[in-house]
Amino acid sequence: MNERPYAILAEFENPAAILRAADKVRGEGFRQWDVFTPFPIHGMDRAMGIRNSKVGWFSFIGGVTGYATGMLMIWFMNTLDYPIVIGGKPMFSPFSAFPPSYELTILFGAFGALLGMLFLNRLPQLHHPLLKNRRFALASHDRFFLVIETNDPKYSEAPTRKLLEMLGSTHVEFVEE
Amino acid sequence: MADASQTPMTTQVLVVSAPPAGLEREPLVAGGHGIGWLSDTIAGVAEGAMPAWWKYCFAISVTMMTVCFGCILYLMSTGVGVWGVTHPVMWGFAIVNFVWWIGIGHAGTLISAILFLLRQKWRTSINRAAEAMTIFAVMCAGIFPLIHIGRIWYGWWLFPIPNSNGIWPQFRSPLMWDVFAVSTYFTVSLLFWYMGLIPDLAVMRDRAKTKARKFGYGLFAMGWTGSNRHWSNYEKAYLILAGLSTVLVLSVHSIVSLDFSVSQLPGWHTTIFAPYFVAGAVYSGFGMVLTLLVPLRRLLKLEQIITVRHVELMCKVTLLTGSIVGYAYLMEFFIAWYGGNPYERFLFLQNRLADPFIIGPLCGIKPAPYWWAQWMMIICNVVVPQFFWFKKIRRNMILVFILSILVNVGMWFERFVIVIISLHRDFLPSNWGYYSPTWVDILQFLGTFGLFFTFFLLFLRFVPLIAIAEVKGVTPQADPHHPLGGAKIGGRHP
Repeated sequence: MNERPYAILAEFENPAAILRAADKVRGEGFRQWDVFTPFPIHGMDRAMGIRNSKVGWFSFIGGVTGYATGMLMIWFMNTLDYPIVIGGKPMFSPFSAFPPSYELTILFGAFGALLGMLFLNRLPQLHHPLLKNRRFALASHDRFFLVIETNDPKYSEAPTRKLLEMLGSTHVEFVEE
Repeated sequence: MADASQTPMTTQVLVVSAPPAGLEREPLVAGGHGIGWLSDTIAGVAEGAMPAWWKYCFAISVTMMTVCFGCILYLMSTGVGVWGVTHPVMWGFAIVNFVWWIGIGHAGTLISAILFLLRQKWRTSINRAAEAMTIFAVMCAGIFPLIHIGRIWYGWWLFPIPNSNGIWPQFRSPLMWDVFAVSTYFTVSLLFWYMGLIPDLAVMRDRAKTKARKFGYGLFAMGWTGSNRHWSNYEKAYLILAGLSTVLVLSVHSIVSLDFSVSQLPGWHTTIFAPYFVAGAVYSGFGMVLTLLVPLRRLLKLEQIITVRHVELMCKVTLLTGSIVGYAYLMEFFIAWYGGNPYERFLFLQNRLADPFIIGPLCGIKPAPYWWAQWMMIICNVVVPQFFWFKKIRRNMILVFILSILVNVGMWFERFVIVIISLHRDFLPSNWGYYSPTWVDILQFLGTFGLFFTFFLLFLRFVPLIAIAEVKGVTPQADPHHPLGGAKIGGRHP
């Protein structure tokens, strides 16, 4: 049995305070930590050292798949599987096949963006230790939390707590697993 | 210059002084409330009992929705003869309503996607409700082409699903493009709306008092914690969806317009249709957003979040798009005259413009059978939006409400004019006819309002009607570089 708590949680009053704290915590070399806020804070990605999100790739691959699906589907249906002459025009024309393929590009691209976001965030998650913490419910209301996990290599109980208090946290507590 | 390079580096603090009183912009959230107040106020609407007006409206809406489904049942069991459609007008109310409802939806996507790309922060107070409006309007729209095919049980033939006849849909037809455009529009609008909802469903989950609510909202919030590593991916996905929705929304009504303009009929066969339909769609959609939100902000006491400034800005978009529509009308008439096509010229003068009082007698021609529809459309779509030039009118909620309803009426008549007038008199006078709707047509149209409002009222009941996280994000309290956000040295005035 691991008796160690899951993480140490520090509460901040305003976005500027948590932005400064995040900058400092990253500077200290922590790795297993995160910031929880009711809305995305401008500049937080840079303060935490988060690189550009990869969601775009999922959407791009979705879009390319959608376009190819549309074009190939229409070519297969109207040329190969059931060829039928309409107004003496060629069996397949990329122009008349374009509108449905365009819509499928958007459809698949949108699914790529949403599902890519969920995949990168590992959502849906059925359980998270923080969601059991009563105080943490304020993270969706008006408080800002900085959480350092106890399995971070830099973590040690007393100095980490002291660091968070020094950074201006108004409330520090441990979160049970 | 040489001296400047030698001066030692000093920390410069840029302090911008406040603009003079009177030039200061009105804040997006009035009253100077903190971000917690936003949660309490917005989420509070969907918590607890709904007011009495909601119950009455809901009862009426459900009744009307039942009437709509009753009419569909009658149509299915008897046949399309219960409608007023007959030769030569084979596209009656169903297509008019379809185009009208789908146009309504366009404002929601414009607010959620295009205004997001343009960094219009005021959109945050209205985007959730407008997106919900989009989804429900597209649902109402989708019913009509489906029941219009006559034998509804063959509706699935519209989709490329293998069937026992071994045939496939014919993709050269714009009607087929429409199937893809509308179903993609509905799906992507739903995805975008749901993604915007995730953080707010987490708010509802965290505030829930009962186990059932906690479970229900928790299920749909999917374990959202508000982690910044999640927000980073989330914001990127939001941006991409906004970009995709932008190109989508411009294509949807363009493709709807191709249903008409690819044909040979005078009044339909014009290249102006795609941009003209999109502008009209956004115009009618903003009319509907105003119709919905102007009373709602008062009834739900949200005047400090959906402020008068928001209403004013929406009126300005209505004015802009309404003027584009007016310009398109002017161009249609100009081209009908300048283009020299006698059928086109006949349509615009003898079938549309000729009223029994001024133009008809002046030109010595008989009044057009549907002159009243044409003039209704011109008054509501060209004259009415011009009132929004006046600030006094834009800030008068009762007038805005009345004008917004006229916008919707006008746009419905525009669809009527395009569909019915062009069809009822084509090239051969022996082929002419007159269309009038039956009671089934009228009840079915009114019934879709029941469907729309049933869903909209349920939306108010269960989901935050304003994007809580997004409104929080545009307050000064959320800006880490603003004194209200806790910045010690602010780059801006407090």
